[in-house]
Amino acid sequence: MSKTRRLMCLAAATSALALAAAACGAPEEEESRGEVPAEAEDCANYEQYGSFDGETVSILGSIRDAEADEMVEAWSFFEECTGITIDYEGSGEFESDMKVRVDGGNAPDIALFPQPGLMENFADDLVPASDEVNSLATEGWSEDWLQYGTIDDTFYAPPNSGNAKSFIWYSPSFFADAGYEVPATWDELISLSDQIAADGVMPWCVGFESGGATGWPGTDWIEDIVLREGTDLYDQWVNHEIPFNDPQIVAAIEKAGEVLLNEDYIYGGTDTISSTPFQEGGYAILDGECAMHRQASFYGAMWPGGTTVAEDGDVFAFRFPESNEGDNTMLVGGEFVAAFNDSEAVEATRQFLASELYHNTRLQTGPWSTAHQGVDPANATTPINEFATEILTDPAVTVRFDGSDLMPGEVGASSFWTGMVQWVDGEKTSEQVADDIENSWPN
Amino acid sequence: MNVSQLTDRFGLLAVGLIAFVVVMLALYGLAELASRRNRSRLVASVFLFPAVLFLLLGLVYPAVRTIVMSFYSSDGSRFVWLDNYGWALSDPDAVQTLINTALWIIIVPALSTALGLVYAVLIDGRRGERTYKALVFLPMGISFVGASIIWKFIYQYKATGNQIGLMNQVVVWFGASPINWLNTFPMNNLLLMVVLIWIEVGFATVVLSAALKGVPLEIIEAARIDGASPAQIFWRVTVPSIRSAIVVVAVTVFIATLKLFDIVRAMTGGHHGTDVLAHNMWDQAFRLGNDGRGATMAVLLFLLVVPVVIYQVRNMRRQELEAR
Amino acid sequence: MSVKTEPEAVSTIGESRGERIRRLLSSRLASAFAVGIALIWTIPTAGLFISSLRPEDDIRATGWWTFFGDPSFTLETYNYVLYSTSQGGGLIRNLINTVVITIPGVIIPVTFAALAAYALSWIQFKGRNLLYIGIFTLQVVPLQMALIPLLSFFSKGLAIGPLTLMPAWQLTGVQTIVQVWIAHSIFGLPLAIYLLHNFMRELPTDVMEAARIDGASHSQIFRKVVLPLVTPALASIGIFQFLWVWNDFLVGRTFGGGEATRPLTAVLGDMAGTWGFGWTRLPAAAFVAIIVPLLVFLLLQRYFVRGLLAGSVKG
Repeated sequence: MSKTRRLMCLAAATSALALAAAACGAPEEEESRGEVPAEAEDCANYEQYGSFDGETVSILGSIRDAEADEMVEAWSFFEECTGITIDYEGSGEFESDMKVRVDGGNAPDIALFPQPGLMENFADDLVPASDEVNSLATEGWSEDWLQYGTIDDTFYAPPNSGNAKSFIWYSPSFFADAGYEVPATWDELISLSDQIAADGVMPWCVGFESGGATGWPGTDWIEDIVLREGTDLYDQWVNHEIPFNDPQIVAAIEKAGEVLLNEDYIYGGTDTISSTPFQEGGYAILDGECAMHRQASFYGAMWPGGTTVAEDGDVFAFRFPESNEGDNTMLVGGEFVAAFNDSEAVEATRQFLASELYHNTRLQTGPWSTAHQGVDPANATTPINEFATEILTDPAVTVRFDGSDLMPGEVGASSFWTGMVQWVDGEKTSEQVADDIENSWPN
Repeated sequence: MNVSQLTDRFGLLAVGLIAFVVVMLALYGLAELASRRNRSRLVASVFLFPAVLFLLLGLVYPAVRTIVMSFYSSDGSRFVWLDNYGWALSDPDAVQTLINTALWIIIVPALSTALGLVYAVLIDGRRGERTYKALVFLPMGISFVGASIIWKFIYQYKATGNQIGLMNQVVVWFGASPINWLNTFPMNNLLLMVVLIWIEVGFATVVLSAALKGVPLEIIEAARIDGASPAQIFWRVTVPSIRSAIVVVAVTVFIATLKLFDIVRAMTGGHHGTDVLAHNMWDQAFRLGNDGRGATMAVLLFLLVVPVVIYQVRNMRRQELEAR
Repeated sequence: MSVKTEPEAVSTIGESRGERIRRLLSSRLASAFAVGIALIWTIPTAGLFISSLRPEDDIRATGWWTFFGDPSFTLETYNYVLYSTSQGGGLIRNLINTVVITIPGVIIPVTFAALAAYALSWIQFKGRNLLYIGIFTLQVVPLQMALIPLLSFFSKGLAIGPLTLMPAWQLTGVQTIVQVWIAHSIFGLPLAIYLLHNFMRELPTDVMEAARIDGASHSQIFRKVVLPLVTPALASIGIFQFLWVWNDFLVGRTFGGGEATRPLTAVLGDMAGTWGFGWTRLPAAAFVAIIVPLLVFLLLQRYFVRGLLAGSVKG
């Protein structure tokens, strides 16, 4: 790292740009929280991929910043040992960049799709998974996961990361001190909420504000509840086999309202939900002002500096409770690795990205979780990611992908969000909101 | 970034520039040949060739393609007649987009021109006029994206704790509770327009201020002797004398407003009732995969400019008559 | 939604010119208004500049105005955004991309526009006005609509049925910047031709006639008579195009070959689009991006105004 740094400064100095003069002495990068494990540094492990001198594979994804650095680190030895250069580009405008490039005949070799629904739009241009990638995927992931990488019975894309979304954050010590038990069913969750409220603490912290995407945390609430009414219902709902305003869905929204529209439950009052930034939504737990906050596993990285995120720390998460006894479900998110090019270097890269080696390495280069069955969850860099990876790799857990990412953009990235905002603001009833969203569903 | 990356880029720059010079020399030679034979049509073709080629390729063909696409379904597979236009004029979100666009193209050019004119008049002849002008002119050099970032720090909202957005801090100083500006419809539309007005007023000021200097003093003097009040002089003498400059400013700002995309993209993403045509077109075509609808929005955008084009054409005809 | 009424000041303002305004108007009101506008127009940028110099934790915790009560100052963020090898840093590379993109992105369209504008204003040929009106109208084609067709021209070439008129360009890596030059040239042409045509048409007819009578050809007139006369206009249109190219957000990211060739503003747009983790670095990054056009603009302001006025105000 320091070598490139010096070269950079040299480049800056020769480039005659006045700006470049600004301090070339200083800062070392923040220490990254993980590193490449020893077994992934041995080129012998990469021999099977072959050697490709000077070939470049371009990858486009929506992952940026520190997370992207950690991902790039995870494949750095693959690059070194095979000679393939991976040109990763993290885009803040992933959907539109993909569309423009694919339609313009300039698709990246590989794309990391965060939404399976979006990937389907490009089915005509995708290269199906080879037999090798197929068998790696079958070994690595459960059927539930693979169906989201499959379009019309052809398998295209194994997953990259996996995120557990059905999490409720809480303070373990607060629960222990007050003698509260982690609830296992929806009814227990409600009675626990009542008890906490009776003890004089607000049971829930909720924040839906997220700039242009305000309202999305609400969609996760509804998805969690519908999923636990039944996976069949969930599948019919996201595939629009039943209308969005089906009575069962309206009932699920009503059920979410038992918490979200309950004045006795919400810290700050229900009218603050839509204006509380989701990033800070759960912070009041740290002050003992509220008890629970529903948010995905990635929220572990959003707590203020100095917070210990662990089972015996300041905050941790438990799984969103089931409604029906015996169910074992999890709402998930993640990216899918799809290819637009069938060159051998691309094929090698696809195989590597579907391999146990990559997933195990990536798990150790920084906070991350995966559903790849071959990894050891204990390798995760943080307790919450270990917990998430344990659940995601457990074959007994039924997983379903985040519904708003599967619905058409007009709904999943637009009317569903606004509907949730109008609903928590009390502007519209559950039924009106469901009707509005149904009307926005493209024909 | 290392040295080879640097030489790559500047090497490419050098090669590109040399190639361009060679092309220009060749064109010049051609023009010279044609000129000698005194064939003005041929000379014109040589002069116009590079520009027309580029325009055909990069603008005319895409424009035609867009118009055709607007009659086809989302994925371009079915001819749907005017369905997309029906959608644009009936869907509540699309209608909101059209209403917003209408407000933008009325309010932004009007306010930018008016503010620019007032400011130009006020600072005319004042000590430090150039500094005054430069301060207001400054935002014109800032990209829409940069401006959006600047204004996000003005509108930024936090429900509790210290405010980091200036406007909410002012609100808090006055003892009220902070407001989520950008998420509050319909106010958010005006707040986005403020960003564009902030950029365009400087342009208006500079052009109008220069035009003011061209108004002959004698006319104003004569009006004063006739007993006209300052307001009368302003409306009946000053404004008519710089009328064409005002029109140029208004038209330029109008076209910029109509094509506005970046500010909405960077600040609200078109949510919360703030979408405008140029952004919705992008959203439909590139984010939601509705090529037909996106194309329809683009065609509506062309149509909105037609009156301006007609006005300009008539203007040109008139001037040509005057020139004779 | 209510439409804002124009500021009341409009109706009370007198005519222009120096001394007079102070005599005719309440000078204080005018001063207050002018100073007010100047302040309001400056504060946002000043705020960004101050933010960019504050430590990231401070930016997150408090507003930039607290800087005055409790000044703490660092260049660390600038160092990070310019030189860090991590994502969200290393903008120096993008800054260089922007420079490499901008220079031909200005020179090419201005040159082509000058040629075209000359033909449209001083060479007689049939269909001249129609062509000019057509080019004027092209100003309003939203460039977003041109992205896919143009990109496909570069990446797939041009063919009519089986007949290939132009093979695919096959550019990779840094070379893709050539596509960005061409795209910028195309999108800048209509406005440049329009403004230059306005300007050239105003050139004195007798000068042109005299040159004709001396036996000069069109190309000679263009080079020896017209070009020197329109230099101010070329300068102002060049500045216009410079600002446009430097500040562009879409063209560079679409026609460039990925992250390595992305210009500064495109990176900035990505950072601004999502108010994500790196947002405390936004002020510094934004300032790096806007300082060059600001300086250019302020230094060359005079040329900008002169050329624009000559070209457009008379029209």
